Amino acid sequence: MSNLSLKDLNSRPVKLTSGHRLCAGCAESIIARQVLMSTDKPIVASSATGCFEVSTTIFPYSAWNVPWVHTAFGNGAATGAGVEAAYQALRKKGKITEEMRFVTFGGDGATYDIGFQALSGAVERGHQMMYVCFNNEAYMNTGIQRSGATGFGASTTTSPAGSVVQGKTEYPKDLTMILAAHDIPYAAQVSPHNWRDLVEKCGKGFECGGPAFINALSPCPRGWRFASEDGMVIAKLAVETCVWPLYEFENGKFRLTAESKRIAEGHVEKKPVIEWFKAQGRYKHLLSEDNAHIVEQVQAEIDRKWRKLIALSKLEY
Amino acid sequence: MSDLAINGDSAIALAWKQIDPDVCAAYPITPQTIIVERFSDYVADGDVGTNFVCVESEHSALTVCTSSCSAGARTFTATSSQGLAYMWEMLPITSAMRVPLIMAVANRAISGPININNDHGDVMSARDCGWLQLFSENVQEAYDMAIIAPRIAEHPDVQLPCMTNIDGFILTHAIERMKPLADSVVKEFVGEFKPFKPLLDYKNPVSHGLMDGPDFYFEHKYQMVQAMQKAVPVIEKVFEDFAKISGREYHMVEEYRCDDAEVVAVVLGSAFGTMKAAVDELRAKGVKAGVCMPRVFRPWPADKLAKVLDGKKAVIVMDKHLSIGAYGPMYPEVSSVLIGCKKVPKAYNYIYGLGGKDVKVAAYESVFEDVLAGKAKTVNYLGVKE
Repeated sequence: MSNLSLKDLNSRPVKLTSGHRLCAGCAESIIARQVLMSTDKPIVASSATGCFEVSTTIFPYSAWNVPWVHTAFGNGAATGAGVEAAYQALRKKGKITEEMRFVTFGGDGATYDIGFQALSGAVERGHQMMYVCFNNEAYMNTGIQRSGATGFGASTTTSPAGSVVQGKTEYPKDLTMILAAHDIPYAAQVSPHNWRDLVEKCGKGFECGGPAFINALSPCPRGWRFASEDGMVIAKLAVETCVWPLYEFENGKFRLTAESKRIAEGHVEKKPVIEWFKAQGRYKHLLSEDNAHIVEQVQAEIDRKWRKLIALSKLEY
Repeated sequence: MSDLAINGDSAIALAWKQIDPDVCAAYPITPQTIIVERFSDYVADGDVGTNFVCVESEHSALTVCTSSCSAGARTFTATSSQGLAYMWEMLPITSAMRVPLIMAVANRAISGPININNDHGDVMSARDCGWLQLFSENVQEAYDMAIIAPRIAEHPDVQLPCMTNIDGFILTHAIERMKPLADSVVKEFVGEFKPFKPLLDYKNPVSHGLMDGPDFYFEHKYQMVQAMQKAVPVIEKVFEDFAKISGREYHMVEEYRCDDAEVVAVVLGSAFGTMKAAVDELRAKGVKAGVCMPRVFRPWPADKLAKVLDGKKAVIVMDKHLSIGAYGPMYPEVSSVLIGCKKVPKAYNYIYGLGGKDVKVAAYESVFEDVLAGKAKTVNYLGVKE
């Protein structure tokens, strides 16, 4: 663990101001501020279309104290890549002398689904930028529709729990692993409740010398159905149940971090997934006896993936 | 420099080499690909300092170019047909962000059925997107427009992206004789890129691409209307300056034997050249024919066209695209010009050359002859097999 302190973070410049129009209890601005604190170098930010973009930049207002750009929904990574491409060109021609950093924010719809191709292409090309996914596990900006990141069994407006179908019938794609499979220098999963882990990982991502990917779990009070003051508790629970393990992929090596590391080492007990379900209204239908088999099924899948991650973290080659 | 035997794509690549843009992002598509292939050679040989970004799609190509240009880099790209269609979402975003990037479009039919040959289905489907649009008749003009475009797009009164259109294969691949300008002459003519509030100026942070509510959306669109209007004197001045360095004169609307003509055709692109030959043949037969080309399609040169067409007996609008169930796209636009004429000519629409269907000089002659003989309908489909 580093010497990073809240006092130190609190003294860093505010790059995203308050006064934006995100919902009370939304984790996105908390994550963004932590990400932006992770570098002292001049930075240009960009966003794919989504809650975060519309809430921070409604003309003629902007919550951004650093340069920021948005173009469309399915091209967040390409938008960031274009800025970085301009930077590399102007630096080569001697028109820019300072070292700069680049970050792109996108929701899970913009990252797992519609913007996946642009993200894959951008990291393959090696742009020196960090892509941060605000993973709130559904299309929240359009009203809580299921995405490729939505958890099995979650009730959304396009995968509602009904009398026959009990919410989403598919597991989320494992995007962090897919990005790791691109063999980029740095990829990690983070959660905003653990600010130290998040800031350290983003610091590594910014300095990795190539493309970095950060998948940040972003609890959404509206979509997940919990009280707006409970976001960080919910985020912590995702880690404690191993629904959202904290780990990093650095230069080819997987490493568990923070609470996840302590669970893997046996210092802390892994909580059952039912606790994760109980805490959120989107899973309330799973609490009935009729759906006990679904809870069991999801628990088995979480356990399988957890064993796989532990195995990967021990992999030497 | 001595004359070159060169195709249209390579001529554009040569112009780009002489301009040496900061960033170029592109994706391969026939018949544009030769532009980016030749330009890649210049990058590989160190002839340019451009950061060439080989993106994974045209959507990303135009996205990278848009944010690169907003960041402060002079940025070029090229595409065609399906590529332009795939970019479509970004086209009005690029222009609304007032990004003066340059895109060469090798005009090709839009699928389906899939067809790689020339017509104007791609660019006409992009006509409402807020881009400046220039057309060329031959390879020389393809080269010249590539040099002219940045001066117009980047002008502080304009600040809009620009498409330079050339007919697929007819101009992209056919080798013609061309007079290039010296590198230093091009460099001096185009000048340094002076970006407006670039993102990379981090000491003066700005937000680009914000959300507009009903209080601002219309106003921002109206500002683009004003920019298009202001582009007219800018274009005329840039054409004038270009004539001084090249001896080649260009106009918003190019005319051929229109002054005393009874019937004038309006056409875009390479067919302008073929129709000039048809006009010569007709004149030899005593038919008072003329032809004109709106070199600048956006801003639409309504006043200039009105001057050419007012008082003519008939006007023929040649469209290499059609809005199925209505007309060719240029016909209503020309008709709108004619309505304001003192003496309103009869207007006819000829759809021609779709999917690369070859149209020869004699066929163009028959168009004029049919109109004069009263045999033409309002909308006609030239050479189509029924």
